Amino acid sequence: MENKENETTATETLTETYGASEYKYGFTTPVEMEAFTRGLSEDTIRALSEKKEEPPFLLDFRLKAYRKWLTMKEPEWAHVNYPPIDYQNIAYFVKPKQKPQLAGLDEVDPEILKTFERLGIPLDEQKKLANVAVDAVFDSVSVATTHKKKLLEHGVIFCSISEAVREYPELIEEYLGSVVPIGDNFYAALNSAVFTDGSFVFIPPGTRCPMELSTYFRINTEESGQFERTLIVCSEDSYVSYLEGCTAPKFDTNQLHAAVVELVTLDNAEIKYSTVQNWYSGDPETGKGGIYNFVTKRGLCKGRNSKISWTQVETGSSITWKYPSCVLQGDGSIGEFYSVALVNGHMQADTGTKMIHLGRDTKSRIISKGISADHGSNAYRGLVRIGKNAAGARNFSQCDSMLVGAQSSAHTFPYLEAANDEAVIEHEASTSKISEDQLFYLESRGISREESVSMILNGFCREVFQQLPMEFAVEAQKLLTLKLENSVG
Amino acid sequence: MTTPLLQITNLRAGLAGPPPVEILKGISLTIHPGEVHAIMGPNGSGKSTLSKVAAGHPDYTVTGGDVVFMGESLLGMEPDARARKGLFLGFQYPVEIPGVSNAEFLRIAGNARRRERGEEELDPFDFQELLDQHMKNLDMDARFKERGVNEGFSGGEKKRNEILQMAVLDPALAILDETDSGLDVDALKIVSKGINALRRPDNAVLLITHYQRLLDYVQPDFVHILMNGKILKSGDKSLALEVETRGYDWLVA
Ligand SMILES: Nc1ncnc2c1ncn2[C@@H]1O[C@H](COP(=O)(O)OP(=O)(O)OP(=O)(O)O)[C@@H](O)[C@H]1O
Ligand SMILES: [Mg+2]
Repeated sequence: MENKENETTATETLTETYGASEYKYGFTTPVEMEAFTRGLSEDTIRALSEKKEEPPFLLDFRLKAYRKWLTMKEPEWAHVNYPPIDYQNIAYFVKPKQKPQLAGLDEVDPEILKTFERLGIPLDEQKKLANVAVDAVFDSVSVATTHKKKLLEHGVIFCSISEAVREYPELIEEYLGSVVPIGDNFYAALNSAVFTDGSFVFIPPGTRCPMELSTYFRINTEESGQFERTLIVCSEDSYVSYLEGCTAPKFDTNQLHAAVVELVTLDNAEIKYSTVQNWYSGDPETGKGGIYNFVTKRGLCKGRNSKISWTQVETGSSITWKYPSCVLQGDGSIGEFYSVALVNGHMQADTGTKMIHLGRDTKSRIISKGISADHGSNAYRGLVRIGKNAAGARNFSQCDSMLVGAQSSAHTFPYLEAANDEAVIEHEASTSKISEDQLFYLESRGISREESVSMILNGFCREVFQQLPMEFAVEAQKLLTLKLENSVG
Repeated sequence: MTTPLLQITNLRAGLAGPPPVEILKGISLTIHPGEVHAIMGPNGSGKSTLSKVAAGHPDYTVTGGDVVFMGESLLGMEPDARARKGLFLGFQYPVEIPGVSNAEFLRIAGNARRRERGEEELDPFDFQELLDQHMKNLDMDARFKERGVNEGFSGGEKKRNEILQMAVLDPALAILDETDSGLDVDALKIVSKGINALRRPDNAVLLITHYQRLLDYVQPDFVHILMNGKILKSGDKSLALEVETRGYDWLVA
């Protein structure tokens, strides 16, 4: 039995996490790190794979990806601007110095445990979150996963991807790269070559995962890149809700975060994947520093009537480039994308989704809410593709933008490719500003100006927040309020 | 005499411009606790402007005079502080706040007022009870709780929602700007009943209306005629009847 008294609820700790308007996760942890010298070559990759004692198929996978990457060019079409990244000046593998395989939490560097505790993610048995299992990733490596045993009793596998490579190589070999092929895009190829850790989830047939699963990513080292890899497989008639959270210290330089997330649902399975992203977004005045968040997230609805739902609340990073997508292969499968993207200071976001309808009677729904404040630039890019066999396919897209202040901007780029004329596609878009009359209305009821602004913005995002697990919806609202505190006069 | 709840003296206000426009051209008005006042006047005479200046709308600049509420000048006080102090404005055109649940909005507003009065805040459960009671009195369907504030409400529903807010906030002075416009006959009765139910010896109501009919239900002690930014005439209830039959022209002649 767990000690209930000492368990902290998700709400309490997350309130802590988001409890200040200044970026409060901007600290670094003084632990001894083991880093590869910077730079990337086949030798670095071989060394990495050897260090991690990986099976030959994985080394092969990495080398293929690397060779592919060498032939690819960095995308330039995203609606963002940044100086070129020097890929030879990144440390590709940074991990805390500790034994390669941890027997338990007591072997994790106490400084790291403290870090996660400060971030509101206590990991030790006494204080861990009661209703959420957490996989904590520190720079390149997963340092701890909570509730692992309890989950295994239900047949649910939740562990770091490195552990999965050792323990469940056949699952990894079957599914890794099956949704995002190694040569999919520049960043995905790079990730496939050098990914170091991340989370793996497997839900057996007929199982409803008994608790929320979540991964918490923390970048700590200044010159490191984080290339994590997440793979979630939901077997027939199963369900899981998964949440991802992120922070990083304040550095003047930029850190690269190039993750790949792959989701697979078999017949009648459902994955609900939520992200609350609050990476350090750079200095609000000068725009210096911050995370480059270039992420490939894709779900494959492989089985009939399966469903993948992406919900994201993006409030951090200096540059975000991310399009969580769904490939609706199984007949009757459903893809959903709910997004709130907030940019302020000098942040740039280019985000959106792709819905690829392949099966018959497939449905997709896109709700995107963009908020731009200060000098922020927000672009929504959405692709809806209907394959020729996707008779009866339906899509509904709604993209709303809210501008706060005169210097912010919003752009919407919908792309539509329909090869089957029986498909029904609806698209709605709007751009608005908070009106002085709305503010006055709320103020005249005794609500302060700041709270009025946050009420209006949260109202604007309601449809998206409703999709988040309850505790996190409350926190997402607070986060939004805090992030905007200095942007609204 | 008791001390006035609201004392407006020689108030001049308008748009800062450029060009500057004076809309209120020297208005004086005193309201004591327990009283009901009514302001009537032609379209564009400045009735809504007067109410919004009192509530602190940022569009308007005060160029002269004072507005003293419960012994304290409102000028220089933020709109939210005025509201928490007990001033309520029922809007002629209530705005929609999409996605913000009406019940949640009412609870936050109600609690802000309670805090100010040193009363304990209500948790969502206790507040629900209170809200349900008020909604029952106003014959409002429960679904208006979860809908966005005024979002997609009909004209009459919005007005009824204003009175619901008044009930929750329990103000010392309620200025109701054309709350009766757009209400059907039955709704007018219900809303009037709601207003009357909230009357106490220590609070007051200022009704802005074009119609004598409302004044049959909520009997005013004083009626003022506002024309071209000035109060041209004040009287008792019979003045409203006179306006109803004769219009406003005779006042300027
Ligand atoms: N924000 C504003 N900008 C420009 N003009 C304004 C503004 N507010 C008020 N006015 C003008 O001031 C005058 C008074 O307007 P107000 O709304 O107070 O009239 P009212 O007496 O309430 O009229 P009604 O009976 O039609 O509601 C009108 O001519 C109006 O156009
Ligand atoms: Mg008016």
